[in-house]
Amino acid sequence: MGNTAKVIQEPVMDRNLFNDWFDERMAEREAAHVPSMTIIATKGTLDMAYPPFILSSTAAALGWDVSVFFTFYGLNLLKKDLDLEISPLGNPAMPMKMPVGPEWLRKMNMNIPNIVMANVPGFEKMASGMMKKTMKDKGVATIEELRSLCIEADVKLVACQMTVDLFSMDQSEFIPEIQDWIGAASFLPTAQKSDVSLFI
Amino acid sequence: MNVEATTTLDTRGLNCPLPILRTRKALNGLQSGDTLHLISSDPGSVKDIDSFCKQTGNELLENFTESGEYKFVIRKI
Repeated sequence: MGNTAKVIQEPVMDRNLFNDWFDERMAEREAAHVPSMTIIATKGTLDMAYPPFILSSTAAALGWDVSVFFTFYGLNLLKKDLDLEISPLGNPAMPMKMPVGPEWLRKMNMNIPNIVMANVPGFEKMASGMMKKTMKDKGVATIEELRSLCIEADVKLVACQMTVDLFSMDQSEFIPEIQDWIGAASFLPTAQKSDVSLFI
Repeated sequence: MNVEATTTLDTRGLNCPLPILRTRKALNGLQSGDTLHLISSDPGSVKDIDSFCKQTGNELLENFTESGEYKFVIRKI
């Protein structure tokens, strides 16, 4: 019986020292990291214009790098003349409330039948006007205001070239602050590197 | 040497996210170590300003409610 069993030696290393070193490097890395967000904005109604602009202006205020890619109806949000509307038709979640009158009336949710919404001329114009009035009264920013705040805070606004061609629009209809006219292949690599990526 | 300058920002009547955006803007115009007094009527701003300060590293020195209004004292880093 020889003494053949090999003694496995632990590598010479102070584990605690290494762990401390590692934690420090990780903390440094985290502190130096600038968070980033990419948003794909695909809707062009007044209600759906808010999420991309609220989230991107707020993220920019927190010091994040933000890019928003506007495609399909989302492109409407970059028009020079913003004339955004809502449609309560087929949207049962949308509250229909009066922005004027006594408190009990303002709280009441009007149940307007679809057939009325669909057939009364100018119904969407009226609903949009009421929504805009409610937003103004409650101190909610206008889309124009949020959009200029985004531009001021260096939110990168990029637009989909294909959509412009598809709907026979012209680049001159849009605000000059658009940083680039691109396609999916140009946007995805940015989205890949971002911490937060949203489709709205 | 920084001279301590105190600025007041009134965001009463404004709703999310405007108080945060105005705070950011006001802080941009201040020197490191300056303090900003912020008044808001938006109940959501209590949590949002706290989160904003944590994320941006600015120091939330005070945070209280006074006659239905929310008041904050922030020191710029």
